[in-house]
Amino acid sequence: MIDITLRINGEERALCVPASRTLLDALRNNLKLTGSKNACNQGVCGACTMLLDGMPVNACLVLAANVAGREIVTIEGLGEGGTLSPMQQAFIDAGAIQCGFCMSGMIVSATAFLAENPQPSRQEIRAALSGNLCRCSGYVRVIDAVILASERMGA
Amino acid sequence: MELHQPETIEQALALLAGDPGAMPLAGGATLVAMLNAELIEPSALISLAAIKELRTIEMLADGALRLGAMVSHADLAMEARLSGGHNVLRQAAAQIAHPSVRNIGTLGGAVAHGDPSSDLPAALVAVDAVIEMAGPAGKRSIAAGEFFEDYLTTALTEGEMVTAVRLPRLPENTAGHYEKFARVHGDYATLSVALILAMKGGECSYVRVALGSAGATPVRVPEAEARLLGSALDGGTVQDAAQLLSEASDPIDDVRGSAEYRLMLVPRLLQRALNAAEACAP
Repeated sequence: MIDITLRINGEERALCVPASRTLLDALRNNLKLTGSKNACNQGVCGACTMLLDGMPVNACLVLAANVAGREIVTIEGLGEGGTLSPMQQAFIDAGAIQCGFCMSGMIVSATAFLAENPQPSRQEIRAALSGNLCRCSGYVRVIDAVILASERMGA
Repeated sequence: MELHQPETIEQALALLAGDPGAMPLAGGATLVAMLNAELIEPSALISLAAIKELRTIEMLADGALRLGAMVSHADLAMEARLSGGHNVLRQAAAQIAHPSVRNIGTLGGAVAHGDPSSDLPAALVAVDAVIEMAGPAGKRSIAAGEFFEDYLTTALTEGEMVTAVRLPRLPENTAGHYEKFARVHGDYATLSVALILAMKGGECSYVRVALGSAGATPVRVPEAEARLLGSALDGGTVQDAAQLLSEASDPIDDVRGSAEYRLMLVPRLLQRALNAAEACAP
């Protein structure tokens, strides 16, 4: 077991993990931050997407003990003081959420993408979110939501 | 399982030498997925994340570009010094999986894994890249075309690791293009063509072609390149070259396409790649 400190959503959190524990499992099981989902555990579905030093990563492919001291932001850290982030609100307002399982990863990916490309085309959004699978297959309104967030944030 | 976090290549090699069951951990995009699936059970992982020199990209005195093993696919896709024919590497890196995987996966990891259906091996063979390794017997370098020996099998021996990839300078005026066919965005290629091309006076003055997902290793056929060289890339010549490439290919049947289907893609993707490269050749 390894003692580590992770910086998660602006807070230092101490935890003790086996070397093989992924960042995703450490957050879900050690810290009970269950917003990020575990589906494929193979880096294919994107449900576990979180930000590592601002970059979206599949947390199931990252070992927790290998990212000690780096800045991690999860879906729980996007809003501030109980207020949803503009991207979260846009997903609700656009009706983009069906069963909801993939949404944490979608919203985190979309947030990182819009920070880089504030006024994207629909095609650019499709490419940016290509690693986030929705098995309800409700992609059209997801793209609508990112466009809506882009318009609101640009306004 | 233990996790070691050495800060120098020498420390990493000493840890590898001391434990035959240990594996180097680069980005983890493949290795951690295999760990999660219980396909591997290393006694220890030696993380290369803290070794700064593995992240450097430098232009050498002879004009070659040296890329550290821990350069991520995302960084590779954005690297402005990969110009001309070397652009094939940027294009290949930009088409690996998805943004969240490209931020994790590394050049050295992809090279050491040696998956013929991944995007970088064919591109590296096409640019005549040299793989730099370090191990218990010291450092050595080997051409990418010889490094990939068989399916998931490379020239790496016990205790060795990939430290960098060196890209020798290409002739002037080359253009590079990576043509990938996949049924779904971000998937492994059903077939891919990595191409370096230069034209002079309407004739092909330089060409390298390597196929991905066409066999156990990237497929390169000097005779096919010789057929294209000096030609105006007319349809018949391209068909002849594609025929030679197809004959040297031995693709597998899997969910991404049958072997027969992959072979049908060879002439089509080669033609697309030539059109695209010719359009950007100066």
